[in-house]
Amino acid sequence: MSQTTFIVGIDGSPAGERALEFAKERAKLLDNSKLVLCYIIEWSPYTFQTAEENEKRHQRREEEIAIAKERILDPAVASVASSGFEVEGVVQHGDVAEILDRVAGENAGSQIIVGRVGARGIKERLFGGVSAHLVSTAHVPVTIIP
Amino acid sequence: MNSIKRLFITVFCTLLPGVALAQTEAVSFDQQVNEVFAASTGWFVSLIFAPFPGTSFPWIVMWLVVAATIFTLYFGFIQFRAFGHAISLVKGDYSDPNDAGEVSHFQALTTALSGTVGLGNIAGVAVAVGIGGPGATFWMILAGLMGMASKFTECTLGVKYRNEYDDGSVSGGPMYYMTKGFKERGIPGGAILAVVFSIFTIGGALGGGNMFQANQAHAQLVGITGGADSFLNGNGWITGLVLAIIVFLVIVGGIKSIANVTEKVVPFMGILYVGAALVILFTNYDKVGWAFGQIFDGAFTGLGVAGGLVGALIQGFKRAAFSNEAGVGSAAIAHSAVRTKEPITEGVVSLLEPFIDTVVICTMTALVITISGVLVMDPNTGLFILDGSSIKTVDGSSGVQLTSSAFGSSISWFPYVLAVAVVLFAFSTMISWSYYGLKAWTYLVGEGKAKENVFKIIFCIFIVIGAAAQLGAVIDFSDAMIFAMAVVNIIALYVLMPIVKREMKSYFERLRTNEIPRFKGRGVEES
Repeated sequence: MSQTTFIVGIDGSPAGERALEFAKERAKLLDNSKLVLCYIIEWSPYTFQTAEENEKRHQRREEEIAIAKERILDPAVASVASSGFEVEGVVQHGDVAEILDRVAGENAGSQIIVGRVGARGIKERLFGGVSAHLVSTAHVPVTIIP
Repeated sequence: MNSIKRLFITVFCTLLPGVALAQTEAVSFDQQVNEVFAASTGWFVSLIFAPFPGTSFPWIVMWLVVAATIFTLYFGFIQFRAFGHAISLVKGDYSDPNDAGEVSHFQALTTALSGTVGLGNIAGVAVAVGIGGPGATFWMILAGLMGMASKFTECTLGVKYRNEYDDGSVSGGPMYYMTKGFKERGIPGGAILAVVFSIFTIGGALGGGNMFQANQAHAQLVGITGGADSFLNGNGWITGLVLAIIVFLVIVGGIKSIANVTEKVVPFMGILYVGAALVILFTNYDKVGWAFGQIFDGAFTGLGVAGGLVGALIQGFKRAAFSNEAGVGSAAIAHSAVRTKEPITEGVVSLLEPFIDTVVICTMTALVITISGVLVMDPNTGLFILDGSSIKTVDGSSGVQLTSSAFGSSISWFPYVLAVAVVLFAFSTMISWSYYGLKAWTYLVGEGKAKENVFKIIFCIFIVIGAAAQLGAVIDFSDAMIFAMAVVNIIALYVLMPIVKREMKSYFERLRTNEIPRFKGRGVEES
C-alpha cells in the first residue's frame, strides 16, 4: 500500500499544536503514513534593506534556521517520532502558503494541515491571512484546524 | 604596503583642516566654513576638472564617456540585449527557492538605488539644466544609457571578487577586484590602485555622499520656511547638526529603526516624485513635444547657454555620472552582497540602475523644469537669457530650489512634499555612503569597532560642514572626489574586462541551452 503523507504547518503556537494533534490522529488510522512538519520563516525577496543588513544577511539566515530548528522543529519532530510515527522536519524562508504548497508537491503530500490563526492586523484583515491564501492557491486539499 | 597606506592617509588628512578651524566662532560660522573649505579643496578640484589644453572641455568628462562607449561596444550593447533578462532576474524567475532568505537580486538593486536615487536626480538635474539648458538632458540620457554598460562591468566584478568571511558576511567592491583580479591576471599595481581608490571613496563619501546631501537638504528647508526671512537662512549648521545627530544615532548608536523606517519611506517617496512629475507632464501634455524639441535643439545648438553645445554636453555628462555613479565603483560595493552562483547575473541586474536613475527619474525632473517655464527665455529670439554663467530663472533660484519652484508652479503644495522627500533622500544617501566610506576606511586601516567609529564621527562632522558651506564649493568638491573614484576604478575595469566578457559569454550560452534553470514564470511547467 502506498504511503500517505500529511504536510503539517507548525509555528510554535497552540494553533500549530492543534494542527499537529489532528494530523497524528489521522495518521494513526492508516497503515503506512508519514508526517512532514514545516516551520516557515516569513520572508519576502521584495523588501528594502540597508547595505549593512545585506552584508550580514547570510549570517542572519543561518541563525534564524538554527533557532527555528532548535526551539520548535527539532523538539516537535522528536516528540512525534517517539510516538512511533514516520516524520520529517522542514524549515524554509519565504511565503508560508507558497512554501507549504511546494513542500506538498515535492513530498507527494496528500493534504496540508494548518491551524487557524486569528487575523493579526489590518494587513491580514484586508488581504486575508495565511490560511485564506493557502486555501485559494494550494494544489492539494487543505484542512484548517480552528 | 602599510607604509603606502600611511602615506596616502597623511596626504588625505591635509584635506581636513577645515574641521578644526571651523569650530572657532559661531557668529560667521557659515562663511568661515565656506572659506576654509574652498581654500583647502580648490587645488584638487582644479586638477580633476582641468580642461584639455586650449579648450574648455574637462578631461574627466571625456574619460567617463570614452569608458562607457568602450564597455558598450566591448560587451556588444549588453544594456539593450540583457534588459529583459535583467527584469526576469529581479522578479526572481531564476532564483533557487532553496536560497530563499538570502539577499535577493531585488534587494541588492534597491539597496544600491537608494544610494544613487536622491539629490542627484532632483538638485543635480536642476544644476545641469540651469547651466547647460534643456539640451543637457539629451546628453544626460545618452550618458545614462551608456553608463549601464559601465555599471554592468563593475558590479559583475564586485560579486566575482568579493570576500566571503567565515561568519558568512561579505565585503565586496573595487578594492577587492583590484587586488584579487589583478593578481589573477598577473598584472602588478592592483594593491596600490585599491589604496588610492579607497582614499577617494572616503572623499566621495564625505563629499557627494554627505556634504552635498546636507547642503541641499538645508537649502530646501530654508526655501519652505520662508526663504531669505527663514531663521535657518545663513544658519546651515543648525540643519547640519540635527542631521548629524540623527545619522550618528543610526551609524554609531546602531538604532536600526530609523534606518528601517527610511528604507521603507524612501521608495515610496521616489514613486511619489515620479508620479507627481507624470501628473505635471500629463496636464501639460501639449507642451511635452515642445519640451523634447528644446532638449534636442539645445543638445546640438546650446540655445544660447554659456558654452553652447559643449556647455550642455559637459553639464549633461557630469550630472549623469554624479547621479547614477556608473563607473565610479560605489555600486560594486552595494551589489556584492547578493547571493548568486553567477556573478554576471548581478551585473545584468545592476544595469537597470542607471536606467531607472538617469533615463527615467532625471529625465522627469528635466522635463518638468523645461515645461514649467522657470527658465527665462527671450521671447523674440527663443534663446535663454543668461545671468552670469547660468540661465536666468524666474525667482533667481538654482539647484534643488529650482526643481522645487518648477514643481510648485503646477502643484502649489508640492514643494512641501518635495522638502520632505529631499531630506529623506539626503538621509538615505548619507546612510548608504557612510557604508561605502566605511568599507573603504576599514580596507585601509583594518576592521575594529574603535577604528570604525573614528570614520563614523568624521562622517557626522562633515554633515555640519556640508550644510554650512555654500553650494558652489561643496558641489565642486563632491564632483571632484566622485570623479576621482572613477579615474581609478575605470583603469581597473579596463584591465579586468576580458574576465567579465568570458563570464558573460559562458553565462548567456548556458542560458540559451537551458542549462541555467528557470524556477518561475514563462516556460516553467506547473508542478
